[in-house]
Amino acid sequence: MSQLHYALFTGCTAKQSTPELLSSTLAVADKLGIKITILEEASCCGASHLQDFDEFLAHVLNARNICYAEKLGLTMITICNTCQLNSAMTKHALDTNPELKARVNEKLKEVGLEYKGTSEIKHFLYAIIEEYGLENVQDKVVTPLSMFNIAPFYGCHNIRPSELHHKSNGGENSYNPTSLDQLIVALEGKPVDYASKNKCCGFHVELQANHTSEVLAGNALVDAIDNNADMVVTPCPLCHLKMDTYQDSVGKVIGRDVAIPVLHMPQMVALALGCTEKEIGLNFHVQKAKQIFTEATA
Amino acid sequence: MSVTKNSENRKVTIKAFRFNAETDYLPYYKQYEMEVGKDDLILDLMNKIKWEHDGSFSYRRSCRHGICGACAIKVNGKATLACKQNAMELLNLFNNELVFEPSSKKRVVKDMIIDKSDFWEKHAKVKPFVVADVEPHPEHETKQSIAEFNNFLDSDLCIQCGACHYSCPALEVNDAFLGPAAFVAAYRFTVDTRDSAGIERLEMTAQAGQGVWDCVKCFECAEACPKEINPIEKITKLHNLQFEKRVAVSNVATRHAEGFVRSMKKHGFLDEADIVLYSEGYLGMYKHMSTAVKMIKAGKIHWNDALPWVDNVPKSKNLSEIQKLIEISMTNKL
Repeated sequence: MSQLHYALFTGCTAKQSTPELLSSTLAVADKLGIKITILEEASCCGASHLQDFDEFLAHVLNARNICYAEKLGLTMITICNTCQLNSAMTKHALDTNPELKARVNEKLKEVGLEYKGTSEIKHFLYAIIEEYGLENVQDKVVTPLSMFNIAPFYGCHNIRPSELHHKSNGGENSYNPTSLDQLIVALEGKPVDYASKNKCCGFHVELQANHTSEVLAGNALVDAIDNNADMVVTPCPLCHLKMDTYQDSVGKVIGRDVAIPVLHMPQMVALALGCTEKEIGLNFHVQKAKQIFTEATA
Repeated sequence: MSVTKNSENRKVTIKAFRFNAETDYLPYYKQYEMEVGKDDLILDLMNKIKWEHDGSFSYRRSCRHGICGACAIKVNGKATLACKQNAMELLNLFNNELVFEPSSKKRVVKDMIIDKSDFWEKHAKVKPFVVADVEPHPEHETKQSIAEFNNFLDSDLCIQCGACHYSCPALEVNDAFLGPAAFVAAYRFTVDTRDSAGIERLEMTAQAGQGVWDCVKCFECAEACPKEINPIEKITKLHNLQFEKRVAVSNVATRHAEGFVRSMKKHGFLDEADIVLYSEGYLGMYKHMSTAVKMIKAGKIHWNDALPWVDNVPKSKNLSEIQKLIEISMTNKL
């Protein structure tokens, strides 16, 4: 297999409140021999909130991000579902609407850029599964996760709307997604089957509709816990933030203890591939998670 | 290769939700064995249950042409218009195990039949019709250009089946929320050039609790719609229209949206501490103090992140490009 090389769109969260996501992503790429070029020019994707304010502006800024991946001639990979969604939505809008593409390019021209539509956009999860290959990942496992029941939490923006994502997510069935389950199996963990795995975590209305947000996160956490999960794993740092850092307030709202570690997908892979404790960064979690490293490597 | 019709058929067991609100204490599931042909629709399978297994099995059906919206149910959690959905397709998608359930289990009257009154009340609330002063004997027709018509064409295809409404998780935990179908209707008539109640609808859909700002952005509605209307796309358009038509007032939700521009102008990236501070205001920050303290302890954020004179936010390379693009592309204001 020739060496895979991707342009990494880190998103804002990996550079701020979830440094463990970036360090574990880079560590996994390193272990798998995947070359990563970080798109240092990239801006925020708008997280769907900028889109609510000014959709055209959001398209212009996302197109600019994609331009930099196009300049490198690389597939752009994301490590946040919401970055994936918003980048892919802009790509889809521009690739299917020549009039919009022309309007966006008119703006980009002012800063010497042009959106062409030549780069694919893929979440790291699907780059690992579809392009690196699960069998190849399995070959590199040094710390099998066989002692853990792992609840995969897919996050909305990687699987819905499925028509948008099907080209880049291997045709995942949004009503019964399996990719993350397969990855868990490849790392020799036990995937937990539970109804909430493809549901919403409530992150996006944390500020303006707090009760809704807390109940949705609570429902998912309780479902994972009641199905004997030792941890939740998600490819989305926003799901992680909602489900990890807000466990106390979520628990109060729904009247249940919802204490459970919530790992980023690359942290789980990094753990199985034998990356260092520092790279995996379980110390950055609000809900205590460091014991997972100790248990796995004991 | 010639394949006989029979060999294409598949023997399957369908599990169906059963409940009669008048006689049953709890719902239960019953299994029905049947042969499914390649052209069978989910509606045909429901007919087989009723006609060949149990005449008491109840569901709504009428047009059989994907127009009346009566036969919307859920199959394995997937919102499905039974008369439009090929059964084989779903058997393939769900490994030959199908579970029929009503669109909303908590609203069941009998089996697949639900009480949709909340749907109709919310739909009616947004005035889903053209509001206009029309002369009783007009001298000429009210003309629309093709472009004006195309603005709402796809939203006009809504058949009020409730598939999006009963797939919406925000609605399940917030009774006030109008939901995706009502928002589609609000959008459809607001952008109709003959209508004059647009501002009223925008104000209604801007309200906290019931309006678009309580949408959780899960895209379940886009996935559920059998007419491919993409309700969340219309929700985004309503958000944008609220700013365009100067209906948006400064509150936690609108500042949260607009605050992204503020951050991106300064850093390219979002300033995670500032967006909370800017949206909530200093007084609103007390709600986040205990979470902030936990995040500081874990090293997720730094204690001085929220101080306006401290700048810990990473900067995008070529930030001036982002600033320039915001300057020349931004059309909306708060």
